[in-house]
Amino acid sequence: MSTNVQGYPKIKETNRDFEVRSLDAVCVNQMEENQPWWHLLKYLVAGVLFGIILVKSEVISWFRIQEMFRLQSFHMYGVIGSAVITGMISVFLIKRFKVKTIYGEPIVLPEKTFNKGQIYGGLIFGFGWALTGACPGPLFAQIGNGATVVAVTLLSAIAGTWVYGYLREKLP
Amino acid sequence: MVALFFSNPQPVQINPKLAEELRGYGVSDFHSLVPSDIFNWPALLTMRGFILMVVGGFLVGFGTRYAGGCTSGHAIMGLSNLQLPSLIATVSFMAGGFIVANLVIPIIMKL
Repeated sequence: MSTNVQGYPKIKETNRDFEVRSLDAVCVNQMEENQPWWHLLKYLVAGVLFGIILVKSEVISWFRIQEMFRLQSFHMYGVIGSAVITGMISVFLIKRFKVKTIYGEPIVLPEKTFNKGQIYGGLIFGFGWALTGACPGPLFAQIGNGATVVAVTLLSAIAGTWVYGYLREKLP
Repeated sequence: MVALFFSNPQPVQINPKLAEELRGYGVSDFHSLVPSDIFNWPALLTMRGFILMVVGGFLVGFGTRYAGGCTSGHAIMGLSNLQLPSLIATVSFMAGGFIVANLVIPIIMKL
């Protein structure tokens, strides 16, 4: 990349943008070791527990989301607020005791950098959140809870991520 | 699976004001977490169902990637880690939601 400094200004810019955005993604903790497939089962267990919690706390309920955005119920604010407090304690403990992953790798929590996408994208996500009553995780939980038609919503959301990937260089 | 073992037979306890508003749009079944009067297969072919499910889903996917995270990533994890960009994103999520839930949903529900 450092070669051809004068040669391809356009391509260079594209690459840099890609790197900034990808650093901004949430899941950057890539495990470096390769493990046999049954090591993946622990993610299944964590995912199933997360799904049960999403259903039982009713945060995947379309009704609850509507109440939240109409300030008619404290429910969602209570759930998200207590999740943030639990998260803060966890992050504090991880940093304080330098907790490692179960494979002994350090846990890295990268600093997020600001870009305008957090505002524009955030607004777009908020529109979708109010319409579907679900953010990405709950889409799966709603399907599992019996609302099979939400599979269409999920496919549409995946299409949305593709279109974003296609357009991202043209977006502000 | 969860529905089988942990289901709550009671209707979702919702604010009477919301219930009344929704009844006005023909939503009367409050027994499941998702209103079955709106979110069902035949409704996909109606304008209302199409906007709520297909357009809504598209906006969720597009917005999540554009913002670099969703509710878990920005609101819960980002705020826990005291990240200013996550606070900005969370405020934007809420602003978008408030706009649509209060101003746009009433229009869509009448379609």
